[in-house]
Amino acid sequence: MRRPLQYLALLGYVVFLGFPLVWLLSTALKTPREMASLHPTWIPHNPVLSNFADAFGEQDLVGGALRSLVVATACSLLTVVLALPASYAMARHRTALSKLAVGWVLVSQIFPFILIIIPLFMVLRSLDLVNTLPGLTLVHVTFVMPFALWMLQGYVRAVPRELEEAAAVDGAGRVVALVRVVAPLLAPGVVATLLFAFISSWNEFLFALVVLKDPDVATLPLTLVKFTGAEGVVRLGPLAAASLLATIPSLAFFAIIQRRLRSGLMAGAVKG
Amino acid sequence: MTLTAERTRPPDARRRGRPTSGGRETLLLMLPALVPVLVFSVGPLLYGMYLAFTDARSGRNAETSFVGLANFGDLLTDGDFWASFRIGLIWAVSVTVLQFTASLGLALLLNENLRFRGFARVLALVPWAMPPVVIGLMWRLVYHPNAGILNSVLQDLGLLGHNVDWLNDFSLALPAVIVVGVWTGMPQTTVVLLAGLQGIPGELYEAGQMDGASAWRRFWNITLPQLRPVIVTITSLDFVWNINQFGLVYVLTQGGPGGQTRLPLLFAYEEAFRYGFFGYAATLGLAMVIVVLAVLGLYIGRQMREAS
Repeated sequence: MRRPLQYLALLGYVVFLGFPLVWLLSTALKTPREMASLHPTWIPHNPVLSNFADAFGEQDLVGGALRSLVVATACSLLTVVLALPASYAMARHRTALSKLAVGWVLVSQIFPFILIIIPLFMVLRSLDLVNTLPGLTLVHVTFVMPFALWMLQGYVRAVPRELEEAAAVDGAGRVVALVRVVAPLLAPGVVATLLFAFISSWNEFLFALVVLKDPDVATLPLTLVKFTGAEGVVRLGPLAAASLLATIPSLAFFAIIQRRLRSGLMAGAVKG
Repeated sequence: MTLTAERTRPPDARRRGRPTSGGRETLLLMLPALVPVLVFSVGPLLYGMYLAFTDARSGRNAETSFVGLANFGDLLTDGDFWASFRIGLIWAVSVTVLQFTASLGLALLLNENLRFRGFARVLALVPWAMPPVVIGLMWRLVYHPNAGILNSVLQDLGLLGHNVDWLNDFSLALPAVIVVGVWTGMPQTTVVLLAGLQGIPGELYEAGQMDGASAWRRFWNITLPQLRPVIVTITSLDFVWNINQFGLVYVLTQGGPGGQTRLPLLFAYEEAFRYGFFGYAATLGLAMVIVVLAVLGLYIGRQMREAS
């Protein structure tokens, strides 16, 4: 008696979690004519890919995607370059700063973004960085930094310091030891941090909304939201298609890390 | 190199810490990462808290003067604020409670040896992997009055006679938005609860079974007490995230219809960036911090007393 009930409950969850996704996909595959039909159906009558082509034809969306790409790439590179030395120091020397970085991640959760965004807007304005991509990149770097530091120092800690010392004993200088021995072992961690920073920036909406007022410099999340403003039913197809395309980077990222998310990572993070 | 420094360190630190010039080198290495965080995050936050006590306006050359607690006085007598505060509390409490109940059920199921468990686990993570803006847009498609699937399904089931404009209906908009909030936050909560469940020692259940305790009793007397620290942590975090929510609801309704879904931060955003009242919006932000700290203090304090 228990098992069937459990399967029924599981089915309920699968339906609740899955149906909006199916609907997004279905909308993305429908022709404009079918979108206008009075009784929408789950499965498109004759699925087409033209919505994806139409999304690529929208200048705003393509421009937004390109600007998002620029900001996210710059943000991830800058974050890792700035965070690498610091994370090395945090992992190898025990300093109060490492605790502060983690503490800041936790404490900053309590403050609503409005308390930070207003002064931040004033700072950026005085630097003439409002409505510019470098301005947004700086903001993104700042907000990715604490978590990136915490991630990276974990990876540095995993590289046995004996390896480094052995290389030094073998006559290699400290820099050579770092480049030859530590860097290759650290590469996967660096890639993971790059990806994390890229996704955070690519998906970010709040700061972009405030920093980029001018539609000519809008990033992808902003253009997607604006796209719905002109709520023509016919345009919902391309919107769904563009939304799906915008999700690909983070889906790929999660596909890579999901195994660790499901088990170890979170367990360790919670029990600390 | 620095023998004296080494000797004074506790043994644990000596093993882990590199025996070099320590302090200055560390600072030098940390500087590139620290400067942006200090300049663009810690500094603005402190300044933002100061702004709450000023009459700052958005204009570039607007003069700012210190007004003490005047903004707080205005806030307490502002009917729009209280309306939005009430909506914020309804939203945060319902989403947190529903999220927790739904996620606990899902975590319990995923912890059982069911078929399709792997599929369900991956699916449970998907909302986490989606950009918040896309989640908002996707649900707008679901709720769409003419082209949405919800109206279509409910009419097929005979539960609805006509198309409903979910997100523009005065009484339905908030519940509709709450459902999206629950959907969005389920992955984090489920993952954390599942990890907690897997950390409960199996012997406890074996002992319970020997004593002939029913499944329900085992859940009530073993699972819940063992899970308590995890539950307190994740519900506290969920509450903080939910009461500070902005983006999702901004994309769904922009606070409409008629302010029915205007969460406190949407209200603050409008005050700041539509009307230009920087100081007043900062006051609202600070008031939210006080509310959050008070609620968390009460909640965590009570849980700790009950646990001991």
